[in-house]
Amino acid sequence: MTSVAQLRGAAVAHGDATVWSGADLDLEAGEFVGILGPNGAGKSTFLEVLLGLVALRAGTATVLGAAPGAHRDRIGYLPQRRSFDESVRVRGRDLVALGLDGTRWGTPLPGGFGRRRAAARARIDAVIAEVGAGAFADRPIGECSGGEQQRLLIAQALVRSPAMLLLDEPLESLDLPNQAAVSALVQRLCREDGITVALVAHDPNPLLGYLDRVIYFAGGRAVAGVPDEVITTETLSALYGAGVEVLRRSDGRLVVVGQPDMPAHHGHAH
Amino acid sequence: MNPSFSLNPVTDLHELVQYPFMVNALEAGTLVAVVAALVGWFVVLRRESFVGHTLSVMSFPGASGAALAGLPLASGYFVFCVGGALAIAFGSRVAGRRSLAQESAVVGTVGAVALALGYLFLSLYGGVLESVETLLFGSFVGVTRGAVELLAVVAALVGLVLAIAGRPLFYASVDERAAQADGVPVRALSVVFLVLVGLAVAATAQIVGVLLVFALLVAPAATAQQLTARIGWSLALAVALAVLTTWAALTLSYFTNDALGFFVTTIALVLYAAARGARGLRR
Repeated sequence: MTSVAQLRGAAVAHGDATVWSGADLDLEAGEFVGILGPNGAGKSTFLEVLLGLVALRAGTATVLGAAPGAHRDRIGYLPQRRSFDESVRVRGRDLVALGLDGTRWGTPLPGGFGRRRAAARARIDAVIAEVGAGAFADRPIGECSGGEQQRLLIAQALVRSPAMLLLDEPLESLDLPNQAAVSALVQRLCREDGITVALVAHDPNPLLGYLDRVIYFAGGRAVAGVPDEVITTETLSALYGAGVEVLRRSDGRLVVVGQPDMPAHHGHAH
Repeated sequence: MNPSFSLNPVTDLHELVQYPFMVNALEAGTLVAVVAALVGWFVVLRRESFVGHTLSVMSFPGASGAALAGLPLASGYFVFCVGGALAIAFGSRVAGRRSLAQESAVVGTVGAVALALGYLFLSLYGGVLESVETLLFGSFVGVTRGAVELLAVVAALVGLVLAIAGRPLFYASVDERAAQADGVPVRALSVVFLVLVGLAVAATAQIVGVLLVFALLVAPAATAQQLTARIGWSLALAVALAVLTTWAALTLSYFTNDALGFFVTTIALVLYAAARGARGLRR
């Protein structure tokens, strides 16, 4: 396995407050890594460090063999909490296209010709088919469901054929069947296209069956490993400084119970 | 002149274009419609209608201030509308970031100050400023050759900026977070765009009046976006609707002697309501 991103002794801070420090983390080529932990632990900040949007306070970071941000065009990124309400009258297909050329100056004339335009259109069609969005990509995105919008946004992040995909809370505000469907889709992209995926999630449970490895951020630290090593009652309780219990279901899958500030459907009283 | 409307469109058109002032009005109206529709399309997409309305109110102190200073009215429109755009752009930044809550407060304040200043300038001026009614509700009688040429320059400038920045501006308008993470200069574009709105509004206000700019800026674009979600079609349709609305309103205003702004607003509103209704039925 080759490493596509490394952090060594890395620390980040917002103003004077250290978010996390002493992080030695690696992302290997073609693996699906879950970035887990409570709110405010610095999960999104980790993605922003990899993108070169947030500078380290200490330590070093290497992404795709260079400084973070140097290979921005080879990273697909899905920012946190985006959704489009009914008044947005733009087709999903046009949003996917922005992932390909949205930063280029100029204004394309509609129905353009030329080999470059044809190649772009073919790539957009291919990526829409890959995420299973063919049936609704020509509808206004505001009329698509949350799960459909999330597939189109993943297509937008994927359209430049990136080596690395950074997804910030793509499962947030989806219902349980859609959480499973999007997790399975991301795992398939990872396996079939060899893309390294780092996916930030607040609730680990819908994801655990799909992940190769997890990185847990909590209490100013980061712990990485395969789910069976990291997702244990001892490790999580130590990270959170609170009683977190990990159960093993009869089919062998892990379930995390009692994580502070976890969604209400886990029976945690607020 | 004694306008008489016949049912023969050829005769009517012939009567319309026999007066140079009417030719000027048609040319100025067409230029204004194109600029307002193009800029308005992005205004609707960015949900900045309130900003558009406030900037159009800036034309009021612009015109009365120019009269007070003895300058051409057009210069007052442009200086105040663009100045208002910059005031909103820089006033709504908290610690370097754009904040929507802050923005609507700043926009509302700028609008109130504009009305107060306009009234102050007007009372200081004391003389007869064409008529306040004309200023607020629009007129096409006084459009000079020079005004048409100035509008053509403004239209060319707005068109050029949109041709250069159209795609990244669209990205920043519809999906700001992704655009910002992708390296689009979102903040700089939002300032540039506000200046474009200021220019478009200053141009439009001279024809349809300060209070009714909104109808030409927002309504054709909103109507077009109701009817199609395809970007190219939607833009083209917005321009076509704005131009047709202006031509129809100029014709009606000529034959009835009623205020131009009234017809622009009514036609634009009817078209928008029809588009909403048509979409409702199609579901």
